[in-house]
Amino acid sequence: MLEVVITIGIMLVKMVIVLSVVMLMVAYVTLMERRVLGRMQVRHGPNRVGWQGLLQPIADGTKLFFKEELTVDKANKGLYHLAPVIYMGCALAIYAVIPFGNEIEVLGRVIPLHIADINIGILYVFALSSLGVYGLVLAGWSSNNKYSMLGGLRAAAQMISYELPLGLSIIGVLMLTGSLSMVDIVNAQEHVWFVFLQPFGFLLYLICAFAEVGRTPFDLVECDNEIVAGYQTEYSSMKFAIFYLGEYMHIIAVSAIAVTLFWGGWRGPFLPPVVWFIGKVLAFVFFFIWVRATYPRFRYDQLMRFGWKVLLPLTLLNIVVTALVTLII
Amino acid sequence: MTLFFFLLIAIVTVISAILVIVLRNPIHSALSLVLTFFSIAGLYILLNAQFIAAIQVIVYAGAIMVLFLFVIMLLNLEKEKRVSEKHPLQKAFGVSIALFLLGGIGSIVATGVLYGNMGTETAAKVSAVGNTKAIAGLLFTDWVLPFEITSILLIAAIVGAIVLTKKEL
Amino acid sequence: MPSDYFPVFVFLLIAVGFPVMIIALSSIVGPRKPSPEKLMPYECGVDPIGSARKRLSVKFYIVAMLFVVFDIEAIFLYPWAVIFKDLGVFGVVEMGLFIVILFVGLIYAWKKGVLEWE
Repeated sequence: MLEVVITIGIMLVKMVIVLSVVMLMVAYVTLMERRVLGRMQVRHGPNRVGWQGLLQPIADGTKLFFKEELTVDKANKGLYHLAPVIYMGCALAIYAVIPFGNEIEVLGRVIPLHIADINIGILYVFALSSLGVYGLVLAGWSSNNKYSMLGGLRAAAQMISYELPLGLSIIGVLMLTGSLSMVDIVNAQEHVWFVFLQPFGFLLYLICAFAEVGRTPFDLVECDNEIVAGYQTEYSSMKFAIFYLGEYMHIIAVSAIAVTLFWGGWRGPFLPPVVWFIGKVLAFVFFFIWVRATYPRFRYDQLMRFGWKVLLPLTLLNIVVTALVTLII
Repeated sequence: MTLFFFLLIAIVTVISAILVIVLRNPIHSALSLVLTFFSIAGLYILLNAQFIAAIQVIVYAGAIMVLFLFVIMLLNLEKEKRVSEKHPLQKAFGVSIALFLLGGIGSIVATGVLYGNMGTETAAKVSAVGNTKAIAGLLFTDWVLPFEITSILLIAAIVGAIVLTKKEL
Repeated sequence: MPSDYFPVFVFLLIAVGFPVMIIALSSIVGPRKPSPEKLMPYECGVDPIGSARKRLSVKFYIVAMLFVVFDIEAIFLYPWAVIFKDLGVFGVVEMGLFIVILFVGLIYAWKKGVLEWE
């Protein structure tokens, strides 16, 4: 009985820690983005609020929190409120299967540093990405606004078009590991990280990840000077903030998965595993921001054409080549 | 413990399934159906079929229902208006079919003719390698032909969808 | 083991409950002053023209349909990938056949111009 209580207690502590760290990271990644984008555009980012702007996210959050809750006339109230919840929920739930570190020993108990080790880890992530589409579609539809609806449908079509090559690009990694569990995949990278065995797969995964999250160069459906704000036009106050935060959560989650699948997860010499993990994830986030500062965005038809005509055949080719090479060697 | 979770998930499944029929707005119905599929995935997990649970969510709730939602939005379906005509024959027919099905399911459950651990793939054997490998082991060796025929079925679906929507072939 | 999924279940509840809690708190704390202008749909500052419910392109349907078909293909690829080493050449051939048949479907869609102008 005591054993069960302790296990559940440890689980809850882990969840609270993960949730807090994720929220903190999300808040400061928004600041990091604005500062880094600023420096890349030869200007300062926000650096007035608190030392070097470190209180900026708190100021923004507090402002949004206290804004008025507007609901458009004739909007479908239930769906209107459900959409951001689905969007953030799917992004946040990904963190349940990511291994943040190896194991730590506390008071004689060995505690693995992941919330759950399920034997279909990577499929769980894939499933959550599939469900995230509903957040966008419902946001667009329920706002009773032409532009939101069109934006929502186009965002959804973009997301599903790139979900396929995303799912297929990691099959190479699975072929090398022989298991779907995220923990097993990190353990299999003991000697060599998979990015060196599957460079092409990694590249394809990265491109698809950019499109999944809706970041430049694929951010047509939500950037500032297209269709107003797309499916988010009619959202104000905290619901808007939830879409915004949810997007950053998704970026960090997708980076964490890239690190886990291709870059050895928490593996690295000398420093503690968690430090390595967070460092690698931040490097990826920096890369996301860097790309945003550098590239113009695709037109929607170029985007869809690229996803179906280029990425999908390439991912299939990657699978076939990996299969042949693995057999021959 | 398992019983508690089973009851919880089963109640959610049944209620959302009823809501699919009862709700008037087609989008609300579609979303209830998504919830139904999600809960069925939960039931699969309780049955130790994790791979099937994941596929249920990915394909059914994540792909097919998205297709449904797109179609509902494309067709711009409005709320169903209550039809006030009386169809006594229809009602009688519907009720009798429902009773027949209920009786069938009830008799199976009552006589308890459910094969548990018979057959070659026992629960212990499946747990040893994991649900995915157990399925894969059979699917690509003994059942290769149905698997290949599935690909032909899928290509028929692609061709059918394109033919339906393009005006000139 | 089903018990492995208990943390996942709890975390899913937390993941969904967290944004719900934020919205609930914010709607309690924020001011409430609805006015007709605020409640109208936004259309660059002018009054909305026409109903919001118009017919949309059928291309979305085709994209969703293609997505379903290739999603199912991806679903078959996952178990094949984990057991691929045990299957040897036979496994590569059978999956290769599967992929080729579906690739033919993709090429058909390509030739029909379905993948254009989304």
